Amino acid sequence: MKKNISFGAYYWGLAILLVLTLVVSARVGAVSIGFDRIFLFLRHAVGFGRDGSAPSIEEQLFLQIRLPRVLLCALTGATLSVSGVLMQALFRNPIVEPGLAGTSSGAAFGAAFVFVMGKSLTGAWVDALGPLLLPAFAFAGAGVATWLVYRVANVFGKVNVNTLLLAGIAVNALAAGGTGFFSYVARDPQARSIVFWNLGTLSGADWQNTGIVAVTTVGGIVLSLRYARALNALMLGETEAGYLGVRTQRLKSRVLLVNTVMVAVATSVVGVIGFVGLVVPHILRLLKSSDNRFLIIASALLGAILLNLADMLARAIVAPSEFPIGVVTAFAGAPVFLFLLIRAGRQQQEGGFYA
Amino acid sequence: MLRIEGLRCLAGGKLVIQEITTGFAPGMLHVIVGPNGSGKSTFLKAFSGEWPLAAGEITYDGEPLRQLTRTALSRRRAVMSQLPELHFPLRVDDIVMMGRYPHFSFRPSRHDTGICRAAMERLSILNLAARDYLTLSGGERQRVQFARALTQIWDPPDKGSRYLFLDEPVSSLDIRYQHQLLESVRVLVGQNIVIVAILHDLNLALQYADRILFLKEGRIAAEGPAPEVVRPELIREVFGVESHVLQNPFGPQPVIVYG
Repeated sequence: MKKNISFGAYYWGLAILLVLTLVVSARVGAVSIGFDRIFLFLRHAVGFGRDGSAPSIEEQLFLQIRLPRVLLCALTGATLSVSGVLMQALFRNPIVEPGLAGTSSGAAFGAAFVFVMGKSLTGAWVDALGPLLLPAFAFAGAGVATWLVYRVANVFGKVNVNTLLLAGIAVNALAAGGTGFFSYVARDPQARSIVFWNLGTLSGADWQNTGIVAVTTVGGIVLSLRYARALNALMLGETEAGYLGVRTQRLKSRVLLVNTVMVAVATSVVGVIGFVGLVVPHILRLLKSSDNRFLIIASALLGAILLNLADMLARAIVAPSEFPIGVVTAFAGAPVFLFLLIRAGRQQQEGGFYA
Repeated sequence: MLRIEGLRCLAGGKLVIQEITTGFAPGMLHVIVGPNGSGKSTFLKAFSGEWPLAAGEITYDGEPLRQLTRTALSRRRAVMSQLPELHFPLRVDDIVMMGRYPHFSFRPSRHDTGICRAAMERLSILNLAARDYLTLSGGERQRVQFARALTQIWDPPDKGSRYLFLDEPVSSLDIRYQHQLLESVRVLVGQNIVIVAILHDLNLALQYADRILFLKEGRIAAEGPAPEVVRPELIREVFGVESHVLQNPFGPQPVIVYG
């Protein structure tokens, strides 16, 4: 385990890997685009070297479909991983993530409501929200679900892991039941989109929703970094953090809010993608450190990389079609998680006091 | 100087601290003893600022506790609780550095790192600096937590005393570490620090304390200088245990035998 590599070296290494992954990911798909073409299109996009002729179909495909998809994928990966870090710090437990704690399925429920009932919603507020209607409902669903799980699991200032996981199961089941109900009463194309979207899909990426997710992701990461030190202190427990000058109640509600906004907005666009928020921080903890400042930055980068790899896989295996990315992350994430659990347990035993 | 005036505290709707008025002066080791459920921990949390007061007033060097901001308080008051439970692997030096969190806003200065080093050196845990906290023994963990509390109040404030509160600091330690830890607490006596510790073992209290406060059912049963205040009648009244206070042939402090 290379623990002596500095934080900075990790950030640079991951950032370079991310750029490479983005370029490769932009190449693969139903239509393969050569690297030289990618760089040409990118130059055109920022306003250089365009000769006045109309952009080719390939260029339109790249700029309108492939590029937003790759970026949305990176942003979603970053959001879900940072959310994992935040929730693990908040629940003071490494086996929490938005998928397990009900946040994602709550958001999915809120979004499914808009999918099916959206046409019947009228009023000035619906028009005012415009394209934010879907994220707003997803946020409401995610907020209620997370708050419920947190309240049930947090007994007398201590988070009971068993209760947490069981509460997560119950809230997930409730939300999934609601989503299922909507897909049952929905007309056929709506139902199909709910089912597909329940497993996570990036096929709906366009510049508008990528822009919305970009705002919440970047904003969320910046805010999270401000809370990183207080979240470190929270690792010692709420009382201890209080003794170190942290206003724990305020910190918890703010982190919960930031986390819910991030997850809800991403989920309302791409659907439910599990295990990213669990696996990414775990890998980084084993590689380097549990310091939340490091975890937030590095998770954002590594999450973006890994989700793009998963999306490439989802597009490549059944090309020119694709299958839901949530399937890939579950197949890749669950075994990795089990492996990490076993290894972490063994390490603790070997070096530990009770060995 | 820490002053507590007419303190009352509620826990679970019940009055667990009823009318405590006392003071803790710097330059002495104050020890609080009392049976389980006598309100010791709530009392400590209350004057540390982590438990709401139902009534009464607490002042730090004359400044009311409720007027001190959390940050201002955390720069001069450190608390070492019973071993906190950690679920994440963390390096020992990262945990010790947490004691400096109230003193810097984003990056620790060279001064902060220097303090952490000095604190770890003083408790002879410098060799553990890069170790994972979860792989440490109970005694090592206790010393790490103590080092963290020390770094928090390492520098004297511009005015007033520093405050160090210890809630059963030796509860999970074997006798060697118990004495080692209390020795390092004794070293601090005499530097304008208000030191209050909750202990379970009356003999340890007798050996290290300057003053002892007996708590029973949320009230002060007795308080006073260490050897004089401890009498068999008081131990019977507070703990319901028969005892004898014997002259110690090997030292100035008496020892208690039970039964």
